[in-house]
Amino acid sequence: MPRMSYREAIRAALRQALAADPRVFLMGEDVGRYGGAYAVSKGLLEEFGPERVRDTPLSESGFLGTGIGAALGGMRPIVEIMTVNFSLLALDQVVNNAATLRHMSGGQLSVPLVVRMATGGGRQLAAQHSHSLEGWYAHIPGIKVLTPATPQDARDMLPAALADPDPVFIFEHQLLYASEGEVDLEQPPARMGQALVRRRGSDVTLVAHGGSLPKALEAASELERAGIDAEVVDLRTLRPLDTETLCASVSRTHRAVLVDEGWKTGSFSAELAAILAERVFYELDAPIARVCSAEVPMPYAKHLEDAALPQAPAIVRAAKELLGRG
Amino acid sequence: MAELLMPSLGSDMTAGTLVLWRVAPGQDVRRGDIVAEVDTDKGVIEIEVFVSGRVERLLTREGEKVPVGTPLALIVEVGDGAGTEPPPPLAGPPPPVLPAPAASLHTPLAGAPARLRISPSARRLARELGVDPSRVPGTGPGGAITREDVKLAATAALSPHPETLDTRARMRQAIARAMARSNQEIPHYYVSHSMSFGAALAFLERTNAERPPAERLVYGALLIRAVALALHDFPELNAKWENDALAPSPHVNVGVAISLREGGLVIPAIADADQLSLDATMARLRELVERARRGQLRSSELSTGTVTLTSLGERGVESVAGVIYPPQTALVGFGTPAPRPWVVDDQVVPRPVLHMTLAGDHRASDGHRGALFLAKLEKLLSEPAKL
Repeated sequence: MPRMSYREAIRAALRQALAADPRVFLMGEDVGRYGGAYAVSKGLLEEFGPERVRDTPLSESGFLGTGIGAALGGMRPIVEIMTVNFSLLALDQVVNNAATLRHMSGGQLSVPLVVRMATGGGRQLAAQHSHSLEGWYAHIPGIKVLTPATPQDARDMLPAALADPDPVFIFEHQLLYASEGEVDLEQPPARMGQALVRRRGSDVTLVAHGGSLPKALEAASELERAGIDAEVVDLRTLRPLDTETLCASVSRTHRAVLVDEGWKTGSFSAELAAILAERVFYELDAPIARVCSAEVPMPYAKHLEDAALPQAPAIVRAAKELLGRG
Repeated sequence: MAELLMPSLGSDMTAGTLVLWRVAPGQDVRRGDIVAEVDTDKGVIEIEVFVSGRVERLLTREGEKVPVGTPLALIVEVGDGAGTEPPPPLAGPPPPVLPAPAASLHTPLAGAPARLRISPSARRLARELGVDPSRVPGTGPGGAITREDVKLAATAALSPHPETLDTRARMRQAIARAMARSNQEIPHYYVSHSMSFGAALAFLERTNAERPPAERLVYGALLIRAVALALHDFPELNAKWENDALAPSPHVNVGVAISLREGGLVIPAIADADQLSLDATMARLRELVERARRGQLRSSELSTGTVTLTSLGERGVESVAGVIYPPQTALVGFGTPAPRPWVVDDQVVPRPVLHMTLAGDHRASDGHRGALFLAKLEKLLSEPAKL
């Protein structure tokens, strides 16, 4: 299996999709000539031409609406938004159109739209380019929210999103683009709504998604040195959410540390905590712990940004506290 | 402190609307006084108070509809002296909630009542194991009692160390907890049956005649074998009842109640008793009794039983209707085989008669199945050579 970066894995998936289906096209800010703000689509304009790889004006509401229209018209648009912060300009198109049209048309309309965007902090891009708002999107019924954390998932989730008849949003964490792994380009599309146990353990479950997964795995290794056997669950898709895998894991370990780069108040981790309290209250042997971002606009200064984001040592501390070893 | 509850005024009534309070906080009331009016489907009904005392506070507002059983008011009974307590926070505007500092996750909330710090999972486990959580030291976050703490306490309560008085008291406590829990939680049913035990005793006499004393069989071994084999057809009697569900056991581990000379009893299990020969069963039984009386049982032997057998035969009782050892679902009690009048072909003849009584968990099985189980036991014990 070839070894490639997360960025290359998405590019490979895009190339496969563009080659396989003439209805598929990519559009967004700087995706063509510049090759994408994170260089994901580098080379695709040359390979597939300006009809299939389209640069758009800086108007998120405009080009996301265009994507919805194209999807309604039978195309399979992939819209790239530079960062989740900018996607807020298009939130009306998402909530009021993309997510509702099937419902409001009594099932007559279908919006097979795929939206990709960068999320998360850690690269000193400051408070307008660094937030993790995928939890907000997971609040919206009518769309699906995918958060690939590995190059293989980044490759496998794109075809899954394209095959779906409804709008699918893929959140790519900034820090993951350079991460590497083996990628099988012949894998079938990922199954949505399926979490994976990335590491087996018996003492505590660390729950993560997207950019938090490497930190959770790092924390698990650190905990192992302290004699604590941590299990790591990668949620992979926030909506639909695989509550079975989550609850089964916590029922085995009886403890949960929820890692979420969103702000703690009203975060996706709050939803997870509520689910655990509803479903497996009597399995809990310690309070549910959450490691989230500090409730501030993301700082620019490196040391402040590091302090604001969930980091492996904080996950380790939270897990130890749950085990009475804090 | 007494609670005045929304009464049920007919079996179909689920809620009532408090129309009018006829008393106010601070007012003295006497048993039988009308204190409120409640609107039900059947019209407005006057509510009496069943204690004498002073109205401490009203918990339900006029016009509010509440389910049957909801506390409407708190009454301090005469001579209660509870009036000095701060009123429990049941009604009125909630106190302002301040954003808690992060550390408060693991420290008791200020002002909260002194409640046992125990995890939900540990609390459930303590109930299952019959452990009193208030006596378990906690090692979890903020000193909370964890599953591990409960398991440790349960093991400590069950391992016998007969050399100390203290241990004997602890064993008594463990028995008390398990048995009290059993009778509180398990709806027992009992079915009994008597059988002629002549064939079994004759078989033992024949077999033992050729053996040195150390290898002789006692009839208890026959009972263990028969129970183990009979259970094959009755998985609901060889099971655990846990979390509102029946979990049949893949093994047949027959726990044998052994009373200790200094008092108390232990129930070590003969693992996979259905797989052992009669001689092997006898050897295991002999060894278990010896070690039990020396206080050298292993914890695994004490925790793996899937059914319990008790035989008070040597004590001369006719029958035993026992208490199931939770979370097991059945206990078989045998009396003393003793000569009794027995009817064979319309003739009354003397026969050694054995009484057996099944105590079954009615959540797990029904009396009909219990009766079939005893019939199967009789059949097996009537052909002892096949055991």
